[in-house]
Amino acid sequence: MAIADSTTLGQLSTGRRFKNGTATALVYSAFGVALIPLVWLSFTVITKGYKRFFLDANGEHNFNLDFLQQSMRGVVGGSPTGGILHAIWGTLLITAATAIISVPIGIMTAVYLVEYGRGRLKRAVTFFVDVMTGIPSIVAGLFAYALASIIIGPGTKTGFTGAVALSVLMIPVVVRASEEMLRLVPNELREAAYALGVPKWLTVTKVVLRTAIAGLATGVTLAISRVIGETAPLLVAVGFADSMNFNLFEGRMMTLPVYIVSEWKKGPAVCNDPTAVCVPEITEYRAWAAALVLILIVMTLNLVARLISRAFAPKAGR
Amino acid sequence: MSKRIDVNNLNVFYGGFLAVEDVSLAIEPKSVTAFIGPSGCGKSTFLRTLNRMHEVIPNARVEGEVLMDGVDLYGQGIDPVAVRRHVGMVFQRPNPFPTMTISENVLAGYRLSNKRVGKEEAAELVEASLQGANLWEEVKDRLDKPGSSLSGGQQQRLCIARAIAIRPDVLLMDEPCSALDPISTLAIEDLIQELKENYTIVIVTHNMQQAARVADRTAFFNIAGTGKPGRLIEMNDTRTMFSTPSEKATEDYISGRFG
Repeated sequence: MAIADSTTLGQLSTGRRFKNGTATALVYSAFGVALIPLVWLSFTVITKGYKRFFLDANGEHNFNLDFLQQSMRGVVGGSPTGGILHAIWGTLLITAATAIISVPIGIMTAVYLVEYGRGRLKRAVTFFVDVMTGIPSIVAGLFAYALASIIIGPGTKTGFTGAVALSVLMIPVVVRASEEMLRLVPNELREAAYALGVPKWLTVTKVVLRTAIAGLATGVTLAISRVIGETAPLLVAVGFADSMNFNLFEGRMMTLPVYIVSEWKKGPAVCNDPTAVCVPEITEYRAWAAALVLILIVMTLNLVARLISRAFAPKAGR
Repeated sequence: MSKRIDVNNLNVFYGGFLAVEDVSLAIEPKSVTAFIGPSGCGKSTFLRTLNRMHEVIPNARVEGEVLMDGVDLYGQGIDPVAVRRHVGMVFQRPNPFPTMTISENVLAGYRLSNKRVGKEEAAELVEASLQGANLWEEVKDRLDKPGSSLSGGQQQRLCIARAIAIRPDVLLMDEPCSALDPISTLAIEDLIQELKENYTIVIVTHNMQQAARVADRTAFFNIAGTGKPGRLIEMNDTRTMFSTPSEKATEDYISGRFG
């Protein structure tokens, strides 16, 4: 009997060696290409974002954290002062409100779809979640703005309106991620609980959700990272502000993405008062520094999610 | 503890499909009853109707009666959750809860149902149940380790401990040894012999030697062909079943001529 491949045992044929080499090269170069934007973006944001932190109120080159401790209240022209404290608070408050609205609704919807849903209603819910995933963010903003105008009064812009807009974007993401996680819980565990005479609702809360909690935490954090950088809906529904505002239900609020836009739009500062300290590029410095802070916040969130999922993950060790 | 079960003219349906047809049999208390038969003959499906676990599958339904000491499990006003507290179940693959420790797994029937158990009572319950499942000596020093850290055979005995911790009257076992090695299988078979002092045990098995070793009575199920319902062919004392079965099909199956 003729053997097609006559290489000795344990040796790769030239053809397979070539294929292996090609595939390895492809995989590594794809990885490299995927890394380029990430590295480039990080490099740009860091090199441009650090400058504001090395500019004190006198326009001297000194490290300071004014930028994180001040709002933009009373900051005019090219004055090298003014910061993002109001925008950090706005972003954190609005995102927290969004999470408080979206996480329960999203997870409960996912529980319905995985554990209870049947037939037409289940298909309808799945369909509408799909549709919601595709809503452009500006439309969500307009929706929330219109809703607030109808309910509260024309032209109402509050932090809460923004949270409603972001919830429209966040809920479908939470539903999708949680649904996947709940489906990963083995059916055997549900059966084990039923066979012990545990009612369904307790099986869902104490076995299914408890087993999936690590994945749920990761999904929720990813959903938060997704909405924390949203600009358009907040521009429409929350507007701008230069001062601190801790009240989600009254008045406009600043958020980090909107802050970046508003500083960028100002363009170079005009310096025509020779007695005042003036840095023409200050608006650009502020925008990049705010972008750097936003990225750091998202990174911290992802780290927290990892810690949470590690703490809750089923322990497999012996 | 330990009750008898009488099944009268039971049909099991999946939607419009008749899976098991017209089964009538009696299961004696404090004995081991084995169900044998080829794959797909409905013995596991039938087993699940004895504690209404088949209701977990959408569209599954039952006609007929299952009487436990004269009470119909499918009677009006009977809560399936309460039925399962009286009729425990052990599955084919060991399924301890991965988020719980060994002792939490034993207490799962209480903790998951929000029943309060005092600290001392809990400790006694854990020890008694694990001893009942012949696992105490192996795990007593690591009760706070995850249940998934045990070997497959130990996990299965942990599941048995978990099932007997809620003190059921009847214990159903759905091929409890098919995922285990021979030594663990032997441990479980010895355990079944001890458990029948206190419980009514029903075991589904693919392994005829196992049925011959552990069961007092054996029921043979068969299926006429794909798409046809499973039926109870005959049921008798295990010794009679394996020496002088009255049906040709039983003899063929036991002697290995098919299945």
